[in-house]
Amino acid sequence: MIDLAPILAKFPPVKHDAAANALIVPQALALEVAKWLRDDPAYRMDYASNVAGVDTLPVEKKTKVKQPDGTDKEIVTKKPGSMEVVYHLYSMALKHGPITIKQVTTRENPVVTSLTPIYRGAEFQEREAFDLYGIQFEGHPDLRRILMWDEFKDFPMRKDYVEPDDYEYEPTPHDAVLAKAKAHYPKASTSTEAAS
Amino acid sequence: MLGIGILKGMVVTAKNFFGSFVNKRLLPTIQYPEAGNSVTLFSRNIPFLVYDNDEDPLGTMRCVACKICEKECPPQCIYIVMEKDANGKPAKRPKVFDIDISVCMGCQICVEVCPFESIKMDSTFELSTPDRFEGLLLKREHLLKSNTYFHKIHPDEAQEVDDRLAAKQKKPAPTPSTPAA
Amino acid sequence: MSTETIAPREYQIYSGDDLRTNVLEISMGPQHPSTHGVFRMDVSLDGETVVKLKPVFGYLHRNHEKIAETTSYLGSMPYTDRLDYFCSMTNNWAYALAVEKMAGLAVPERAEYIRVIMAELTRLQNHASLVGFLTNDLGASGTPLLYAIREREHILDLFEWASGARMMCNYMRFGGVRNDLPSGWLAQCKKVVDDFPAFMDEFETLLTGNEIILSRCQNVGVLPRDLAINASITGPCLRASGVDYDLRKVDKYGIYDRFDFKVPLGSVGDCYDRFMIRLLEMRESVKILKQALATIPEGPVNDSKARNFRPKPAEAYGRIEGPKGELGFYLVSDGTPKPHRYHVRPPSFINLTVLEDMCLGQKIADAVIVLGSIDIVLGEVDR
Repeated sequence: MIDLAPILAKFPPVKHDAAANALIVPQALALEVAKWLRDDPAYRMDYASNVAGVDTLPVEKKTKVKQPDGTDKEIVTKKPGSMEVVYHLYSMALKHGPITIKQVTTRENPVVTSLTPIYRGAEFQEREAFDLYGIQFEGHPDLRRILMWDEFKDFPMRKDYVEPDDYEYEPTPHDAVLAKAKAHYPKASTSTEAAS
Repeated sequence: MLGIGILKGMVVTAKNFFGSFVNKRLLPTIQYPEAGNSVTLFSRNIPFLVYDNDEDPLGTMRCVACKICEKECPPQCIYIVMEKDANGKPAKRPKVFDIDISVCMGCQICVEVCPFESIKMDSTFELSTPDRFEGLLLKREHLLKSNTYFHKIHPDEAQEVDDRLAAKQKKPAPTPSTPAA
Repeated sequence: MSTETIAPREYQIYSGDDLRTNVLEISMGPQHPSTHGVFRMDVSLDGETVVKLKPVFGYLHRNHEKIAETTSYLGSMPYTDRLDYFCSMTNNWAYALAVEKMAGLAVPERAEYIRVIMAELTRLQNHASLVGFLTNDLGASGTPLLYAIREREHILDLFEWASGARMMCNYMRFGGVRNDLPSGWLAQCKKVVDDFPAFMDEFETLLTGNEIILSRCQNVGVLPRDLAINASITGPCLRASGVDYDLRKVDKYGIYDRFDFKVPLGSVGDCYDRFMIRLLEMRESVKILKQALATIPEGPVNDSKARNFRPKPAEAYGRIEGPKGELGFYLVSDGTPKPHRYHVRPPSFINLTVLEDMCLGQKIADAVIVLGSIDIVLGEVDR
């Protein structure tokens, strides 16, 4: 486990997420923190191993709390959704790691700072996060779609992505596929039902 | 000298060429339809349903239509409907058991999750059909194969399963046993 | 008669100095045989020299991560086989490792040994066929490749015997492996491992001194050390550039700290180094296999408690040294049976970052070898 205290002392806006043992870095500071981590002789985090986008939908949780007078009171806790980009940094020079860096942004307007100017290795993975999550990376030299084709509009890895209605006939539809099948073949029940 | 490396390579090739006439290791090719197949002990392809008594396949099938495999199947290729008796009570065996083998990837997850040892992997691979949809949909009748057949293709595993089932029968197990016909 | 007609004429020799060539844009692929699958390179050529190269892929994209996020943890294990379909065993292991790290599952001793044996066999067959394919790209059409494939066949037979399938093994489970090795498997494995060095000797005489290979691979596609580190290159490509970074030594995941093996390093970082590093790594793998086969203990191979685990909200990044480089899985759990986030760090996808840097200024025919020496599998690049 790497001591993260010096980073937190040097960059006060950086927060520590104890549950994931990650650093939450504000966008404005991301480049500076990454550059410092790469060049500081005690850390030498010269290798950005993994870059991943994470999408979290807003949650509404209803909990019933017993009041002192005996009645139940419903408390609604709302957790806002978020879009995160997670970087796992390792050191090839000192052979230690990882330090996890997170940039958190909103789902409505996801913009983060690209770390490609510091770590070339983040280039394709940031493009992938842009492609599948629609996260804009400011400062990325070549932000294009990478896995989906250029004309594709939506962002398929988002949790609220609705897949296009392109049902293809299959003999054993069930569950969600069955609902789709019925929309396309309203009369024809599934062959399995017909067979039975 | 230039060219020595290439000549050395040629010698290796020549050794392999002439050696293949005498050394079996250098020529592992099997002339497939004539020389038979090379199915090994554990090879798996598509699942089948096991029944115990050859005279009454439908009555002695082990499946109780618990639908665990349907739920766990990663590509969702299994479709099960439980049979109901005259009173509308569940009869603990499948009325419909379909596997769409155009979707099945032979991953064996259904075998692993089945608590009743009723679905096992077949090793047959010479399958073909001219019908892309219905022909690739295996129904309960196609899928049912006897325990004897299971012993034939995977003897070790079948013996293990039999031992396990026998041990279970001895104990008054709370799990529902195979229903009688 | 005039004298003009018999005098020799003056001819102007066209110097060609004002001849201008246009930069030619070529879309190389996705059906090009040398791109190892459905991979496309948008190349700009000045004559035969590459001046720009952009890799284009995604033709095999099936959104593996989305599929995994809609199935249970166990349900995505067979899908990991299909990432890098040459090395399903190491893919399984990387995924199992990440889940075990997240859920805190222990692996029995025998299962750890089986995992090491399977992973090293995978490395052997991957490197053998890669070296074969590389010679195929160089123009030795087929013959050395088939020797490699022949050797790979013995290893695939072992996989089929243990797991039931040759390529889509689906053998590792959380907290162990699916089933114990069948009787006689270890003896057969020993035989295959003992026979393997003979193949490598043969391959080395066939290829390493070959003048055509030397002249076409040496100093082609040089990857400088600093760029390799900065661009997150991993695996044999990184070590060919002289960086001593092997996760089996660094992370010591599994039980790799118990085996004695060395990490071969290149000095130049050209295609020839990448080619030789793989040959040398095969020898080290044989060493590991011999030690593991000699000391494998008896015992259980999986943890029955691990079968139906329900993870707590947590996140983990597990990584192993796959044959192509660092294969990592990043998992975020929200307490439900399905992963909240499932991300693959595919080595061959990230190793493609430097393809342009390695190819610039080279001839177009060399771009084929450079691509071949990176060792990509499109199932993993596109996911």
